[in-house]
Amino acid sequence: MPMTAQEIERTILAALPDAKVEIEDLAGDGDHYACAVTSEAFRGLSRVRQHKLVYDAFGTRMGTELHAMALRTITPA
Amino acid sequence: MPETVFQHLQNLIDANPVMLFMKGDKLFPQCGFSARVVQILSHLGVTFETCNVLESPEIRQGIKDFSQWPTVPQLYVKGEFIGGCDIVTDMYQNGELETLMSEKGIAIANA
Repeated sequence: MPMTAQEIERTILAALPDAKVEIEDLAGDGDHYACAVTSEAFRGLSRVRQHKLVYDAFGTRMGTELHAMALRTITPA
Repeated sequence: MPETVFQHLQNLIDANPVMLFMKGDKLFPQCGFSARVVQILSHLGVTFETCNVLESPEIRQGIKDFSQWPTVPQLYVKGEFIGGCDIVTDMYQNGELETLMSEKGIAIANA
């Protein structure tokens, strides 16, 4: 069962309240997304740790319900 | 997760300086994200080994638990988990991947 873009945004914001989330539906099928997340929480962290913060927000849904999400993490300038 | 699966994964990572866990193999990737990492590594001209997680449910779940990372592909270089497709793509585009390979003593053929 795929997730909607709104659900994705809500899930990320629940974990990273300051985040700016931009989501693009890549294939127009509600199942393949590109997601850019900007948050202060990423500052000073390695990329793996930054992505992990976002993945952790989804718990076990990541890689199952949400199987195709290209992710870009950005630290505010 | 049984100890043996983790041990098997660790052995693959130890035996291969550049080890990619992916869906499909380097000749026939079965997922766009996996295909992109294969393309990047091939383009850099590094020697790498792949493990097709689709061949075994134990490995498919095992590598996620092992790395504590929810998705495949997963790239390991000299035993260190580098990341998935997005991180590898990003690092490739800004030159960090090439730097990382050099620092870890991995030969790059087509830099």
